[in-house]
Amino acid sequence: MSDSDLIKILASILAQSAPLMLAITGETITERVGVINLSIDGSMLISAMTGFVVALNAGQALTAAGIPGDTLPILAGFAAAALIGALAALLVAWGSIRLKQDQVAVGFVLTLLLADMANFLGQNFTHIPGPSVAHTPIPILKDIPILGPLFFDHDLLIYSTLLIVASAWWWLYRTQPGLQLRGVGERPQSAFVRGVPVNRLRYLYTAVGGALVGLSGAAFSLDIKLGWSDNHILGIGWIALAIVIFGGWHPVRGAAGALLFGLTKYIATVLQQSFPQVPVVLFNALQWLLMMGVLLMVGSDISKRLVSIAPEALQGPLSRMLRVAPPEGLGQAFLED
Amino acid sequence: MRVELQDIHKVFGLVHANRGISLILEPGSIYAVLGENGAGKSTLMKILSGFQKPTSGTILLDGKPAIFETPIDALQRGVGMVYQDPADFPPLRVVENHLLAYDTKFQLAFTAAADTLHTYAQRFNFHIDPQVHVDSMTLGERQQMEVLRLLALGADLLILDEPTTGISAEQKEALFNTIRRLAYEDQKTIVLVSHKLEEVLELCSEVFVLRQGELAGSLKLPATANDLVKLMFGQETERTERSPIDAGKSVLTLAHASFGDRRLTCESIDLSLRESEVVGLAGLEGSGQGLLLRAAAGLIPLKEGKLTLDDLPVEGKRSPFFWMPWVAGLFFLIRLVMLMIGRVSGAIVGLALLGGIAVAAILSATIWLISEILIVWTSESAYHQFQKRGGAFVPAGRLEEGLVPNLTLTEHMALVTPDHQFTVHWDRAETSIKELIQRYNIIGRPNSLVNELSGGNQQRTMLALLRNPLRLVLLEHPTRGLDITSANWIWDLFQERRLEGTAILFMSADLDELRERSDRIAVFSGGEMVGLVDANEITVEDLGHMIGGQRA
Repeated sequence: MSDSDLIKILASILAQSAPLMLAITGETITERVGVINLSIDGSMLISAMTGFVVALNAGQALTAAGIPGDTLPILAGFAAAALIGALAALLVAWGSIRLKQDQVAVGFVLTLLLADMANFLGQNFTHIPGPSVAHTPIPILKDIPILGPLFFDHDLLIYSTLLIVASAWWWLYRTQPGLQLRGVGERPQSAFVRGVPVNRLRYLYTAVGGALVGLSGAAFSLDIKLGWSDNHILGIGWIALAIVIFGGWHPVRGAAGALLFGLTKYIATVLQQSFPQVPVVLFNALQWLLMMGVLLMVGSDISKRLVSIAPEALQGPLSRMLRVAPPEGLGQAFLED
Repeated sequence: MRVELQDIHKVFGLVHANRGISLILEPGSIYAVLGENGAGKSTLMKILSGFQKPTSGTILLDGKPAIFETPIDALQRGVGMVYQDPADFPPLRVVENHLLAYDTKFQLAFTAAADTLHTYAQRFNFHIDPQVHVDSMTLGERQQMEVLRLLALGADLLILDEPTTGISAEQKEALFNTIRRLAYEDQKTIVLVSHKLEEVLELCSEVFVLRQGELAGSLKLPATANDLVKLMFGQETERTERSPIDAGKSVLTLAHASFGDRRLTCESIDLSLRESEVVGLAGLEGSGQGLLLRAAAGLIPLKEGKLTLDDLPVEGKRSPFFWMPWVAGLFFLIRLVMLMIGRVSGAIVGLALLGGIAVAAILSATIWLISEILIVWTSESAYHQFQKRGGAFVPAGRLEEGLVPNLTLTEHMALVTPDHQFTVHWDRAETSIKELIQRYNIIGRPNSLVNELSGGNQQRTMLALLRNPLRLVLLEHPTRGLDITSANWIWDLFQERRLEGTAILFMSADLDELRERSDRIAVFSGGEMVGLVDANEITVEDLGHMIGGQRA
């Protein structure tokens, strides 16, 4: 394997992981403000369907009106998908904040409902060719050795995803609204005492996170796994939820988790090609085992013991880095007064 | 800033928490608000700090009426409160905690905030590192941090809710110096909600005492502790004589026991109870007497020392299979080494190695799982040992810990009847519970849910379900919230048990009850047992002093 092959593989893993990163970033934001949106698997499925169908129809309509081209229809598709994702997330927030229902129960039922609705509403649009996001390498930057082909030889979706992950980090850790977001998720009572509108922020960021989840669905149907079919990307949402935990509710670590997941998938594919006599299911199971192993490592006291071996000066930052404590107020409704 | 409260009332449903409280707070003074639990101090402070709105009444700031909708309204008008559990964010860094909702600048100015913190900290000799995480700080440091933040936000009136609970002596000293400087140099108004008479006497210039929601009186300091105690507890009642009972052999012994929770540690406590003896635990809420009860029941582990019941240790039983998980690990390692040897010698080729490792992993994981189950099945908790040997613990939280909400009285009976049969004999359970309902005067039917009963009847139910005979009963506030007749009736029941030789250890906030019902009283203050006295000889006044921190 030559160096350029390796870069090509890494670049493709990055591209394949981008939609998952969007979903993870969205759910990270939602959970950071204290709401568990368990509906994201169904939500991604229905926004994948909506994104594809809207882009397809918009394309046909615009072509009929004499405006050809894929860009506008695709933007319309993404916008519709974001809207659907935000609405689904708002339902969970509303159920929790206003109706005082359990977030886990609402989210879980919603995910089943949305998945079935997606299959039902999308049944006339299965296996149809449709618009897709165009490949747009960035001039000049793409010619930088190594970094060029790795980061700047993709489409707009991938660039935006990386930008969104970075902005999410910046927002959470460098701005006043982001600090308030985290405060609401950790200690809603304290935030309330300081005059932060707890439930308003919970609605707002749940919707923002949900919109990103919606974008992620459309990113699959319009870019990575083109088109629509029954149960198109069923299951990916649960992976995203697991990686949010693995990433310690941190957008950059979540994105790294998505890349790791992409890597295990790639390894499974390669192994499968190298050992055709071994059943495919085994390799598919391998990535789950790997993920479980990593989750156990990070979440159990094994990691604590490993940290305690490290030099004392490193122990603090190391245990911070490995910390997977969820936001303290996660999943709790907050009563203002 | 001069603050005036005029005729403040606060009603929660049926509870009248504040009844027409009026008081004046002058700048440059340190005030204390004293009162027992439920006297209405926290409600009053929550109203003053904008956390709750009064049902009626006015707050005047420098003569102008002020209405606080939220705590932030109050803070903008200069009223800041340091809560007992500080309103901070443990997972954040100190500088982030300081900046949260501090100003409206979009981007966080970490350096400027750290500088501000540093300047304020230096003035009051606090040592606060802006970069550490709040959850790695002590309660005292978190409190200091909160004081600095409120000052930086321009607070003129500072309310501190039980600021010395759970902080070290040095931190207390630093806090008191800060309070003095704020009052006397900066002319700020300080209000201290406290339980500790000594501290109040040391620090404050005027004391307001609340009793049952009313202002029982105020007192300019200096005054004596006697005067304060009289205001707090009212008149002393005479103790009725009670026939002495010959205490038999020792039942419960705590020797050099240390235990604690997040807030409080009790070190080296010695206490022993003999048959038929009643020992009362006195102290303000959270002084260690609650921890002692739970430690004696085996519910919180002892860090040091020994707990015995009838001369047998109560320490839980380790499973005889505790070594089994190690076998699982060892098995896996040995298999791994054998596979490697096979690979090197050429006996194992290609995928067989991978398969071998997978099989070994699955096998050792299975052994591990089985051993975990065996361990869970064969170990025994200290509390279950305590119960088996004839101990009982009656918690104050009736529906939280004592009873099972949404189960009926009959179902409770079936739960505690130890007939170990697979199917429940409902008719038998119903007959027994009917008897108990009669005997214990419970207002309820066999099929009433326990959460539908009134508090007093829930208490009776819990006592009715206690086994017979018992060696030891531990009671948390056995008569809290009950009227005198019910309380007397409950104590008559315990008197019967006592004649059978049961030892009783109970905590109560009612000094009269403690004196009346105990043979000896152990007094707690700030995690220390400050005295173990004969109930016949102690006066309410002396008890009050000891509760306030003075040694016997």
